[in-house]
Amino acid sequence: MVRLITHNLLACHVRGCTSNNFPLVFKDVQLQLKEAEYNPDFLRGFMPKLEWKALVDTAKSLNNQSLPDQAPEPQAANEEFLKILHHVLLEIHVEEGAMLCPNCSHVYPISNGIPNMLLQEHEL
Amino acid sequence: MIPTPNLSHLTRKDYEHVYEPAEDTFLLLDALEADKDFLRRRNPRICLEIGSGSGCVSAFLGAVVGQNNSLYCCTDINPHASLATQATGQQNNANDHRRYRCLGLVDILIFNPPYVPTEVEEFTLGQQQVDISGAWAGGNDGMNVTEHLLRQVKALLSPSGCFYLVAVSQNKPVEIMQRMEQEYGLLSKTVLSRRAGREHLHVLRFQVQE
Repeated sequence: MVRLITHNLLACHVRGCTSNNFPLVFKDVQLQLKEAEYNPDFLRGFMPKLEWKALVDTAKSLNNQSLPDQAPEPQAANEEFLKILHHVLLEIHVEEGAMLCPNCSHVYPISNGIPNMLLQEHEL
Repeated sequence: MIPTPNLSHLTRKDYEHVYEPAEDTFLLLDALEADKDFLRRRNPRICLEIGSGSGCVSAFLGAVVGQNNSLYCCTDINPHASLATQATGQQNNANDHRRYRCLGLVDILIFNPPYVPTEVEEFTLGQQQVDISGAWAGGNDGMNVTEHLLRQVKALLSPSGCFYLVAVSQNKPVEIMQRMEQEYGLLSKTVLSRRAGREHLHVLRFQVQE
């Protein structure tokens, strides 16, 4: 499943494409909202692993403007913020569509919620 | 005891294209269960399985670590396997999938590779056709795919990260462990070993720090 938490970890890996290859840009997406169990400890523990600006910009590209431009420190994060983060990271599912590399324009299709990150032999 | 994941949604027909859990899979599950305190103590947030096949191992890891305590990322070059992994995740109430911006982020990395020594031709065919033989045919020493990953393990793991690898004796596990320590400073131990038919299987664990 492609959620923003996974998207935040994916970069283009075409040979030679090493800069400006993240975050991938969503195109023609079909979204589904699915409830997930809220776990504040997980969210606080995951925050240091996130690229915050990429997350905020990607959420905005999906018409979700609920995240602040600056992330609070994980331990200082309040419940109101964590609930918003929970929803953005874990409950928005991209079921169909594609992800486009901002640098080399390679297209990674998403089908049935599974991103196809495989490359052709000549792209490796 | 942690139950084996429910795979009742997968049929004979699925197993024509997806590796069916076998002795090597079950040894890996047993190793993860034996390490459950070690794994829970590390509070993993990102678990990455390469070549997840049926999805059995990550679903089991989810039961060990807690479904909502970590993100479970699974990758497979075989599209049948990716679908099977997804279905197994749903069946077992698990969360989740593939160059991840993962450098230095992965807390638990798992790889049950195609480890069977085969002719190079059989290996190449298995990887190109991305079907079931790719799940076992490993080329010379059964190490062709594993070697690729070994070069990246240290860079992928977080400071508290660890890596589980399934190997058979022909892969020369002791040599792998020595090499990973010499070249990358990774500490290692054999979690479990078991003889299954002609194969002598091992689950190795590598970690950045004690």
